[in-house]
Amino acid sequence: MSTHTTHPDRAVHVRTARTLSVPRTPAARLRRVVHDSVTMTGRGAAHWRRRPGQFAMELAFPVMMLVMFAYFLGGGMAVEGGGDYREFLVPGMFALTMAFGLEATMVALTQDINRGLLDRFRSMPIAPSSILVGRSLNDMAVSALALTVMLAAGLAVGWRWNGSLTEGLAAVGLLLLLRFAMLWAGIHLALVAGKPELVQAVQILVWPVVFLSNAFTGPDSMPGWLGAIADWNPMSATAGAVRELFDNPTWASDSFAAQHAVALAVAWPLVILAVCVPLAVRRFSALSR
Amino acid sequence: MPSPPEPTAHADSRSATPTAPATGTGHAVHVRALRKTYGDKAALDGLDLTVPRGTVHAVLGPNGAGKTTAVRVLTTLLRPDSGTAEVAGHDVTTHPDDVRHRIGLVGQHAALDEELSGRQNLTLFGRLHHLGRAGSRRRADELLARFDLADTGDKAIRHYSGGMRRRLDLAASLIVRPEVLFLDEPTTGLDPRGRAEVWSAVRSLAGDGTTVLLTTQYLEEADQLADRVSLLDHGRRVAEGTADELKRRIGADRVEVVLADAGQVDAAARLVAAAVGAGAVGAGAVGACASDAGMGEAGTGTADALVVDRERRTVSAPVTDRMAALGAVLRAAGDAGIVIEDIALRRPTLDEVFLTLTGRAPARVQSPEAAA
Repeated sequence: MSTHTTHPDRAVHVRTARTLSVPRTPAARLRRVVHDSVTMTGRGAAHWRRRPGQFAMELAFPVMMLVMFAYFLGGGMAVEGGGDYREFLVPGMFALTMAFGLEATMVALTQDINRGLLDRFRSMPIAPSSILVGRSLNDMAVSALALTVMLAAGLAVGWRWNGSLTEGLAAVGLLLLLRFAMLWAGIHLALVAGKPELVQAVQILVWPVVFLSNAFTGPDSMPGWLGAIADWNPMSATAGAVRELFDNPTWASDSFAAQHAVALAVAWPLVILAVCVPLAVRRFSALSR
Repeated sequence: MPSPPEPTAHADSRSATPTAPATGTGHAVHVRALRKTYGDKAALDGLDLTVPRGTVHAVLGPNGAGKTTAVRVLTTLLRPDSGTAEVAGHDVTTHPDDVRHRIGLVGQHAALDEELSGRQNLTLFGRLHHLGRAGSRRRADELLARFDLADTGDKAIRHYSGGMRRRLDLAASLIVRPEVLFLDEPTTGLDPRGRAEVWSAVRSLAGDGTTVLLTTQYLEEADQLADRVSLLDHGRRVAEGTADELKRRIGADRVEVVLADAGQVDAAARLVAAAVGAGAVGAGAVGACASDAGMGEAGTGTADALVVDRERRTVSAPVTDRMAALGAVLRAAGDAGIVIEDIALRRPTLDEVFLTLTGRAPARVQSPEAAA
């Protein structure tokens, strides 16, 4: 290493002078946030380009779940109040795909923390917020793609987009809103206890939580108190609202939560965001404490 | 475009150029009375440290001495409870962004994106330094060549060996040449070859005029690389000097005697002490101690520290004339009928350095006998 005759650092000195300038104006700071956020988002894209197999598996996983529930179990299911079970199931699977995003965000950020990468970024002259903005943009892009794949898979198993275009787009918007809430919940969890053990615990606990919803069956079919929890599960609100907007069969229920699914599908993610975003941001700036 | 008025807080640092520090100290690192506590445990307990520009400074200490905490404060990752710390002329708590523009950090574990290749990692960090797409790629290639990683630049990091990771980690901290480079235990966990690679890289950086602050648990590493060495214990500096000064104070070598019979340890201790004699131990117990207040403790250290370890039936003492001391110990033991199982001459361990310079064992050592 020490035997090199040419000195590469010499060339960089010129650039050093430019890059050494600390942004002092709000405009310069904003430019840095945008630039660094784009770079951080590109990092996620580079991951997927390097491991296309893993990326494909990740996209295929909810499709596999859909196929399992539609064909292995779906034959024995009947929707109370009438309607095709698969048309009922598919919106639930959309919501489930978004809810599982919590885990994906948490895994990625926990890895960065434990590998010391977060510390390297924080010791570099970057906009600190770009670390979280980049994470958000990347995860939202991946989830939008995952949702597109699921829409196609849903159509393939017999689900139909019955409502108007506006209603359909609203449904997609609500699904992405749920994903965004899960994203910040994941960021917060990773920052609070960014340990691989905790990631594992969340990966297991996410299953009962997503099943304790109206994704696969009506909460009325569960024991009373469990059904009430399932009814009020944020994922149930989104799934119920998406069924309504796509004009798919819903499980006949006169509970308040079931009657106001769309309102709750807006409110729940906003409540989660209102709690998790400030907590996560505070936690992030407290990393130096 | 007219530039808007500057906030007053930035007025002083704005006038600063990379080569002219904002403060008058002119030091690469200037730390005064730094404190950081976790619960009731003080990780830093009034640390003072000064590193002149263009020098290599080693912070030597056992686990838990506060080395990593100090590096984390100096690299803006951690805010101190009190005290001041300036790096490259900028205060780490009030102007962290200015500091970040002037430092490089290599932490204890290679902080890289395992999924990406070496080249992709360096390009990513280059882009975060705003070198642009082409500039980042060019700089990545330069650094890969410089650190002999050009052939493996396209492999994912998770397929790299420990030494390769370290080198890439080092390269990543040199994207834009830092004024001050921090290396936290850069060779811990590396094999001898990896260690030699890192050492030669540090030497070449120092040769280019980069200020290097490195932490280490190895006396030899400090000796090999550093212009000056600060000894840290319990979050405080307990001694400072050049490696030579410190070594002169602790004695360059030690004779170590392992007894066959535990009952003879005390007799052997007296015998070894007499055999190496007052004249044989380091006479140069001066000059190595920094003149700061609070260093009086270090001054009480005994240069002729005899270390007795009853559990291992071992007695060791510093010597200056290696062969004479060895002969004297063997003769005296033979005369007194003390059975020696093993005898060796060796360099002092970090524990002995601490015992010699501070009069007590470092934080890590628990054996009550050793402190006797």
